[in-house]
Amino acid sequence: MFLVRRLVNYMVLIFLASSFAYLLAATTLQPRAYFEQRQPPPSQEAIEAQLNDLNLNDEVPLAQRYGVWVSGVVQGDFGQTIKDQSVNEEMSRKAGVTLRLITVGTVLGCAVGISIGAYAAVRQYKRFDRYSTWAAFIVLSVPTVVIAVSLQVGAVWINDLTGKQLLQYGGEYTAGLDAGFWGTLLDRLQHALLPTLTLTISLFAAFARYQRNMMLDVLGADYVRTAMAKGLTRRRALFKHALRTALIPTITYFTFTFGVLLAGTTFTEKIYGWHGMGAWVVDSIVQNDVNSVAAVTCFMAVCVMAASFLSDILYAWLDPRVRVS
Amino acid sequence: MTRTASAAGAEKATGRADDGTPVLEVTDLNVVFPGSARNPDIHAVRGVSYTVRPGEVLGIVGESGSGKSVSSMAAMGLLPDYAQVTGSIRLHGEELLGLDDRAMSAKRGNAIAMVFQDPLSGLTPVYTVGDQIAEAVQVHNPKATKQEAAERAVELLELVGIPEARRRYRAFPHEFSGGMRQRVMIAIAIANDPDLIICDEPTTALDVTIQAQILEVLKTAQRETGAAIVMITHDLGVVAGFADRVQVMYAGRLVESGSVDEVFYRSRMPYTMGLHGAVPHVTTEEKRPLVPISGNPPSLADLPPGCPFSPRCPIAVDACREAEPDLLPVGAEGHAAACVRAAEIEEQGWGVADVYPVPEIPPAEAAQRPRAERETVLAVEDLVKHHPLMKGAVFKRRVGTVYAVDGISFDIAEGETLGLVGESGCGKSSTLLEILSLDRPQSGRVEVLGRASGTGTARDKFAIRRNVQVVFQDPMSSLDPRMPVFEIIAEPLRTHGFPKADLPGRVSELLELVGLDAEQASRYPQHFSGGQRQRISIARALALEPKLLILDEPVSALDVSIQAGVVNLLDELKARLGLSYLFVAHDLSVVRHIADRVAVMYLGKIVEIGGVDEVYESPAHPYTRALLSAIPVPDPRVEREREHIVLTGDLPNPASPPKGCVFHTRCPVFAALGAEEKEACLSIQPAAEPTGTGSGDHAAACHYPDRAIGS
Repeated sequence: MFLVRRLVNYMVLIFLASSFAYLLAATTLQPRAYFEQRQPPPSQEAIEAQLNDLNLNDEVPLAQRYGVWVSGVVQGDFGQTIKDQSVNEEMSRKAGVTLRLITVGTVLGCAVGISIGAYAAVRQYKRFDRYSTWAAFIVLSVPTVVIAVSLQVGAVWINDLTGKQLLQYGGEYTAGLDAGFWGTLLDRLQHALLPTLTLTISLFAAFARYQRNMMLDVLGADYVRTAMAKGLTRRRALFKHALRTALIPTITYFTFTFGVLLAGTTFTEKIYGWHGMGAWVVDSIVQNDVNSVAAVTCFMAVCVMAASFLSDILYAWLDPRVRVS
Repeated sequence: MTRTASAAGAEKATGRADDGTPVLEVTDLNVVFPGSARNPDIHAVRGVSYTVRPGEVLGIVGESGSGKSVSSMAAMGLLPDYAQVTGSIRLHGEELLGLDDRAMSAKRGNAIAMVFQDPLSGLTPVYTVGDQIAEAVQVHNPKATKQEAAERAVELLELVGIPEARRRYRAFPHEFSGGMRQRVMIAIAIANDPDLIICDEPTTALDVTIQAQILEVLKTAQRETGAAIVMITHDLGVVAGFADRVQVMYAGRLVESGSVDEVFYRSRMPYTMGLHGAVPHVTTEEKRPLVPISGNPPSLADLPPGCPFSPRCPIAVDACREAEPDLLPVGAEGHAAACVRAAEIEEQGWGVADVYPVPEIPPAEAAQRPRAERETVLAVEDLVKHHPLMKGAVFKRRVGTVYAVDGISFDIAEGETLGLVGESGCGKSSTLLEILSLDRPQSGRVEVLGRASGTGTARDKFAIRRNVQVVFQDPMSSLDPRMPVFEIIAEPLRTHGFPKADLPGRVSELLELVGLDAEQASRYPQHFSGGQRQRISIARALALEPKLLILDEPVSALDVSIQAGVVNLLDELKARLGLSYLFVAHDLSVVRHIADRVAVMYLGKIVEIGGVDEVYESPAHPYTRALLSAIPVPDPRVEREREHIVLTGDLPNPASPPKGCVFHTRCPVFAALGAEEKEACLSIQPAAEPTGTGSGDHAAACHYPDRAIGS
C-alpha cells in the first residue's frame, strides 16, 4: 500500500517533468528553421506539410500541439523525431547503447572505489590512505572531458608504439566488419575499453571518498569491538561486521548513480562517438527536435525516480532497522 | 548443550585444574598512547600488577580516566595498534603480550571473554541476535555445524533469561531493549565457557531495576561456567555485593587492594576513603553533608611528581610530593595500599571523618517554618502531555499516542526540594519540559509562583521566566563552546535588562558563589572540567535570582568525587538563597540526600509521593519498594544480607500502557494475588491514597499497598 502510493506520486512527478520539458522545448526550439536551412531549400508548402505531420508547426496553438503530444504519450507513443523516425524506436536503441556503455563502467568503478575507500579507512592517515586520497581528489577536480581526451591521447600513443590498432576510440564498433562472433566481440571490447575506463576512473573517486567516510564511522563502533572480543580476528571483524554495515548507504548511492548515468554520460558518449542517451540529449536540442527532447526528459525522470525507488527498497532490504513491518 | 560445545568445555576443564596457577596474572603492566605532533604521550596505565584466581570475583573501582578499562582491554588484546603495552599478562601461565592477532583471537571469547558498557551499540545492527551468538560458538568450534551453533545459541538465550528464546533468535538488536541486549552480550561472553569474564561497567548504562536483573544474570553466568570475573565499575555499591576482592585505581595506578571488607571498612588510602565519603547512601536517614574530594583527577599526560593524589589529599605531607609510594601490604593479609601514611592511618585507625574536613552547611531558613505556612512556588495539577505517534512520509497519519505524562499532581513549597525519580522513559523529562514551556498544558494546570501557565501575556511569561531557571544534565553540551564564561553568565542578565555597568561585578559574584575563580571568566567552556562546567551552568541559572531551580539530572554525568562537591554546592545555595528545587534524577541515593520530598514516577504517572524519609523508610507502592531494593548499597555487610526484589521484564511501551494499574505487568504483589483480588489491578488505575503514616502527605497509588512482597 505504501509502495503503491509512492508509485502514484512518482508517476505524477514524471508526467509534470515531461510536460514542462515539452512546453519549454516547443516554445523555444525552432523546428521551422531546421527545415528552412535544408539544401536545397524545400518549398514553403512542403515545410508546412512536414511540420504539421510531425506536430511541430509553430503556427498551431501550443495547447493544441500539447494535446496531440499528450494523447500520444498516454498511449505510449512519443511521436516522431525531426527526421520522421519513431521516437520510441530511437529511444530503445539509444538506451541499449548507453546500458552497454555504463553497466560495466559503473559496477567496476563502484567496486574499485569501495575497496580502495574501505581499505584507506582501515589505514587512516597511513601511506595508502594519503595516496588514494590524493588520487581521488585529483580525479574529482578534473572534468570527465579531460579524462576522456587524455585517455584518447594515451591510446593513440600506445597504438603508435605497437604499430597496431589495439585500442579503438571512436564509435561502438567498426562499421561493416565481418569477423564472425568472436571477431565481433573482440572488436566491441576494443571499442568499449576506453569509455568504460573513463567512467570507472571518474566514478571510483566519488565512491572511494564516500566509502572511506562510511567506513570510518563504523570502524570505532562498539560492535566491531564485540566481534573481536568474540574471537574474530581484526580482519574478519572488519569484513563481516564493519564493512557489511558501512556498505548499506554506498549500495543505495550506487543505485542512484546508475539511474542518473543512464541519461547522463553525455561527454563520454560524445567524445567516444557512442550514440547513446547522453549524446542524444545534446543532438536533439541542436536539431530543434522537440519530441525527442521531451522524450529524453521523460526518460531521465523515469530513471531517476526508478533509481530512488529502488534504492529505498534496497535500503529497507539491507538494513533491518528501517525494514517496514 | 551440543556435543561439540560440551567437549570443548571438558577439554578446558582439565586445563582449569586447581594447581594454584592464577587465571590471570598481570605484572608491571604499562600502557602508553603516544601523542601525535604537539600532544604529549598519555601514560594510561602505570605499572599495574594483580592476579585473578580461578572462580573469584575481583572488583576494579576507579573514576573515568583511572586506567581501569584500558588495563583490561590490554588483557583482551583489544587496544589499538598504536598503544604501547609493556609488562606481562599471563593467562593460565601463558604470556599474552606479544601474541599476534590470530593467536590472540583464539583466546578471545574462548578462554577470556568480555562484557562491555554500552549494550545499545555493542551488537551489529544488521545481523540477528541469534546469529551473533552462534557466530561466537562457531568461531571457536569450527567443526560445529550451523544447526548445532544455532541450538547452542538458543540454549544460551534461555540461560540469560530471554523469554521465547527460539522465536527471539531471529530478532534484530534494535528490537531489544537495553537490558535484553546486555543479556545477549553476556550470552556471547559465556558461549564458550570462558575461564575469565571481564565486565567493563556492565550496568552503568542501565536503569536500577534492569541493573539488578543483569547482576543476577551475571551471577547465574558465573555459576554455570565457574569463571572468574573481573568487575570494572565506578559504583562502589555494585562491587560491595558482588566482589570477593576489590582494587582501587587512580591515575593509572593501583592505590589500594584487598578483600571487600578490608577495603570498605578499613581503607588505608585517603583516596579510597574519599570515594566512600563522597557517595550518598540510600539507607542512611541522617543528613550529613557529603565529603567532596577537592580538585580534579590529574591529567595522565602531565602527572605531578610524587603521589598523584597528593594535590587533592587533605593529609598530604612533604614526603608525598617527593616520590610515588609503592603498593605495600598494610594491616590484614592481602590488604595493600599505596600511601606514605598508610601505616599511620592503620595505627590511628582513622576513618573518613578523621581524614577529610566535613563541610558545614547551614540549615535552610525557610525550611524551619512548617510547610503549610510557606508560599507554594510550583503547583502541578493533573498535568497531561500526550505525544501523537505519526507514521508515513508524505501523508502523515496518527497511529497512536505516547502517554508521556498522564495526569500527575504535586507542589513545591518555598525552600523545598522535590525529587522526581523514575527510570528512563517514565516521563520525568517530559514533565519538566512541560513546566518550563510556561504554555497552557494539554490538560490540567501548572501554576508557577501562583500564576497559571498559559494565561498571561508574553510579557508576563517573560517576567515569570526569570524566576524559573534550569540546569541540564550534560555540562559538556549545554554550554555554548564558542562563548566565554563571562558571556554565558551575563547573557540572561542582559536579556532581562540588567544595568550594563554592574555586569562584571555580578558575574564575578556569581562565579565566586559557585566556587569558581572570578578571574577565569574570560576562558571558554572547554577549559573547564565536567564538574566546573556544571558549576558554570548553575551560576548561569542563578544569575536572575530565581525562586525555583529545575535540575535535570545535574550530577549523573559526573564522577563520584566531583558529584559530591556539586551536591554540596546545591545544598548550600538552597540554604543561602532560599531556593526551591525540582530535582529530577534516576539516582535514588542522591535524591535521598538532597530532597525533602520525593515523587516516584512510572509510565507517566506518580505512583508514590511523600516526605523523603517516609518514602524511603516505609515505601508503600511495590514499585518504590522494588526500586529501593534494587539499588546496591556500598556497604558489603548490609549488601550481603539484603534481599533484592528483582522486577521482571522491561518498562512497557508508553504508547500502549497496560490496562488498569500500569504497573501490574511487572508487579510482584500482583503476581501473588488471588484471581479475585487481581480484578481491581486489571481494571482500575488506582488513585493516590494517603498511606496514613507520618505527617499525612505520604500517598501511594496502589490497591494493595500493605501486602508483603515475596511471600
